[in-house]
Amino acid sequence: MIKGSFYILLFYFLGELISKLIGGFIPGSVIGMILLFLALYTKVLKPDNVKAVATNITKNMAVFFVPVGVGLMAQFELFSSSLLAVFISITASTVLTIITVALVQERFEKRKGLEK
Amino acid sequence: MNDFLELMQSLVTTDVFLLCLVMGTFLLGILIYKKTKITLLQPLLISIIIIIPFLKLTGIEYKTFFEHTKLLNFMLGPSVVALGYVLYEQIEQIKGNVLSMLVAVLSGSVVGIVTVVLIAKLFGADKVLLASLAPKSVTTPIAISLAEQSGGAPSLAVAFVVICGVFGGVVGPIVLRKIGIKSKFASGLAMGSASHALGTARAMEMGAVEGAISGLAIGVMGIITSLLIPFAKYLF
Repeated sequence: MIKGSFYILLFYFLGELISKLIGGFIPGSVIGMILLFLALYTKVLKPDNVKAVATNITKNMAVFFVPVGVGLMAQFELFSSSLLAVFISITASTVLTIITVALVQERFEKRKGLEK
Repeated sequence: MNDFLELMQSLVTTDVFLLCLVMGTFLLGILIYKKTKITLLQPLLISIIIIIPFLKLTGIEYKTFFEHTKLLNFMLGPSVVALGYVLYEQIEQIKGNVLSMLVAVLSGSVVGIVTVVLIAKLFGADKVLLASLAPKSVTTPIAISLAEQSGGAPSLAVAFVVICGVFGGVVGPIVLRKIGIKSKFASGLAMGSASHALGTARAMEMGAVEGAISGLAIGVMGIITSLLIPFAKYLF
């Protein structure tokens, strides 16, 4: 538990460090994720060290979003004058993005399946 | 009576009470979701829908609430890092899928930016709004800097990222089912590309492969969108 938490925080910190060095346009957590993956892949870190903690905190990630989600309340006035534009554009575009990514990826997979 | 109210007020604005409230409403959300099996009733959504009126009624400002629940917000970072492990477990899935993944996410990014901007424009959105909407599908820190870069407002960008995340997380699996997607890789990729960490939270529930690929998609989408946003200005 302590070991796992330490390694995840360590990689988070390294990610933050690199993020700052490259101007902050990729978040530290995303860089940390890639670093942790690479450390496991190159066998620098044993999977058992982080397995329990990593599995637990990723299983119920959504609860960590409650504080930010409630924040919509505070920001609501900022866009309440263009509510329709905001909601229709975001919902429609999100659905179209999901469809595009899924269809393109699946098309590739099917074509590869046929070649085999 | 006044003393009692004051006592209640001081008890309500504590870390322990507000964290308890978040966990409790989320737990209630899980129960409702499991009982009803209605996809729209996501625990996150139920928790938010209970907490907002609660704060209004008790007169607690959002800033105060956020201050006391910072612990949970902090955990967002480590949970994204931990996806690196989930990704490692699914390494076999990624092999041979790198090119298709890049093409799929690139297509999704283009479609996402172009459609959100054009639809909002149709409804009369101004330039600040358009620039804040364009990076809606990427994770918050990236969205903030991209919105700033192209003349948007960071606070608006955060709100839109959250709306996009909640909506995609809730509706994503329904859309994927409706269009008949069977590939777990494609499902996870779509969830993470369209709705970042919130889509990933939901993808983790769909399965380990979906969750891992979705986590990877957050990063890929973030990088590809960062490269595309400078061109989005021509649409505004």
